[in-house]
Amino acid sequence: MQQFLNVTLTGLGQGAVYAAFALALVLIWRSTRIVNFAQGAMGMFTTYLALTLIEAGQSYWVGLVVALVAGLVLGAVIERLVIRPVEGGPELNAVIVTLGLFVALQALAAILFGSTFRSFPAPFDLRGFTVGDVNIAFTANSIYVIAAVVVVMLALVALFRFTDLGLQMRAAAFSQEVSRLLGVRVGRMLTLGWALAAVVGSLSGLLIAGGSLVFPAYMDAVIVYGFVAAVLGGLDSPGGAVVGGLTIGLLLSYVSGYLGSELVALAALATLVAVLLVRPQGLFASTAARRV
Amino acid sequence: MVQQTDRPAARPAPVRRRRFAWRPRSTLARHGLAVLLALVAVVLVLELTSPFRNSQLATMSYYAIAAAGLTVLTGLNGQISLGHGALMAVGAYTTGLLLGPEGDGTLPLPLIMLIAAGVTALVGAVVGAAAARLHGPYLAGATLALAVAVPGLAIYFDHTLGGEQGLRIASPDVPGWFDATIYFLFAHETPSAKYLAYLGWGTLLLVLLLLANLMAGRAGRVWRAVRDDEVAAELAGIRLGQVRVLAFVVSAACAGLAGAVLGVVVRLAAPSGFTIVLSLGLLTAVVVGGLGSLVGALLGSALLVFLPPAVTNLGTAAGLDGTQAAQLAPFVYGVVLILVMLLAPSGAVGVLKKVWGRRRRKR
Repeated sequence: MQQFLNVTLTGLGQGAVYAAFALALVLIWRSTRIVNFAQGAMGMFTTYLALTLIEAGQSYWVGLVVALVAGLVLGAVIERLVIRPVEGGPELNAVIVTLGLFVALQALAAILFGSTFRSFPAPFDLRGFTVGDVNIAFTANSIYVIAAVVVVMLALVALFRFTDLGLQMRAAAFSQEVSRLLGVRVGRMLTLGWALAAVVGSLSGLLIAGGSLVFPAYMDAVIVYGFVAAVLGGLDSPGGAVVGGLTIGLLLSYVSGYLGSELVALAALATLVAVLLVRPQGLFASTAARRV
Repeated sequence: MVQQTDRPAARPAPVRRRRFAWRPRSTLARHGLAVLLALVAVVLVLELTSPFRNSQLATMSYYAIAAAGLTVLTGLNGQISLGHGALMAVGAYTTGLLLGPEGDGTLPLPLIMLIAAGVTALVGAVVGAAAARLHGPYLAGATLALAVAVPGLAIYFDHTLGGEQGLRIASPDVPGWFDATIYFLFAHETPSAKYLAYLGWGTLLLVLLLLANLMAGRAGRVWRAVRDDEVAAELAGIRLGQVRVLAFVVSAACAGLAGAVLGVVVRLAAPSGFTIVLSLGLLTAVVVGGLGSLVGALLGSALLVFLPPAVTNLGTAAGLDGTQAAQLAPFVYGVVLILVMLLAPSGAVGVLKKVWGRRRRKR
């Protein structure tokens, strides 16, 4: 029973991070119909920036802010420079460009920051709370992780629901031609969409790194889990991404806790195949029919 | 919202007019002649180069086998796969299990390689059946998951597959008839490394011959039809699912053979050898060479083998330390992959064809 509780709590914490990552994928997919396979590498890169600052004596929070701002800039620059030319073109070209970014960023991080394992500090206590006389696997840091993800999600909801800018972004994603006729600067909205997604991706990179080890490939598996979570939620539904992320987090935690951690990626693959074969539109898709 | 149908990254080359009257009329004979000429070239190159180059060429042979399979799948049939590294792992582990650590397996090596290709083709059929319903980014994501998941299996079944350390694979002995033939031709013994290079290139040429015929025949035509317009292909009576699965099976069999060659050349099948980097490297090779072209796959895999040492040397000369310089090669791959997609999506072969066509029109 105690193990079940611990596994569940760990899963919730991880699920929150996967939800954030899936949300970043969904933001980009909604506006440009591109799955950004470089998202993980981008998050890894900004996390290294934060780590460099923190090791130079700055506080965690300075590192966090710098990483998020760097993510914003990186996302915007990448969209303008390399994604814009393949937007709306053949699907495979966009996929290959994001894969190229993935490889290049990962190698660049290894060149600039070294490929050794480095520990990343956690802003809060990593020891589990004690309830009665039982130590449970729920730490102050897990609360911070979940809270950070919730805050970001609420901020995004507020942006898209209640601001003029959010309305323009939604319009640009929904129908580029009509919104262009109505005076929306579609190109800028797409750049902004990528920038926002990169901020969310950077945050998930930082949250995963907190209290564990960082190396250039540490986000590789997260790309897969985040993608599975996003597909589970329908790939164009932000709410679905959150539910998908939590589901995947819990599922993978149970697999890791009861079957063995080597099988986690395999379980993710099985989930993905099952979802795509049984319910290809995902659990929360807004569209009725979807070609996968 | 129904999405647009996917279009290929590269267009098929227009059929060239017959200019070389001496070439045989039948496709099979023409391809066979090309392979024979290539075989002579391979023998000369392998005999004239140093043992170090021999081992590099052996490495290139298994990259090229896998890349040839991948270029058929992605270039001709329009299905992307980021999971070919995992399929190579299946081939390598099958070879390792059948050959044993001491080489005391009772089966002859060619049979073992065939079995490895067969087992991988079977895995490919399962993956392909799931993949046939997917396209574009979905397929990329699913095969990426495959590439990440499969190495975990080797660690989970560590008593049979050797876990993190991997499976040692015996290096096959040089057969007597082979040694005798080379001695007859060049009057020297054949060291094991050179034999492995011959083995790899022999397999590669065989694979290229088979694939070239397949591409020129009905299968290739149907694959291109499905890639270019699904609806039109279906209206013409082509069963999309079957055709896609077949492309995946052929491609997987190549990956399995490549894995088998990798196994005997590297003498080890370990999870660290089949990371996502391998899968993405293969994709880089076929994209840079030119999607859908076997010559492009060869060029691309040559790049995979001969570029890293050159780039690493440049890096060390520029003052980077060893581990940093080693990462320059993947960095260059990534940048080249992006640049090729932005500037010349048809790859090196596409650019060459364009230049060639322009020159001929001028004349």
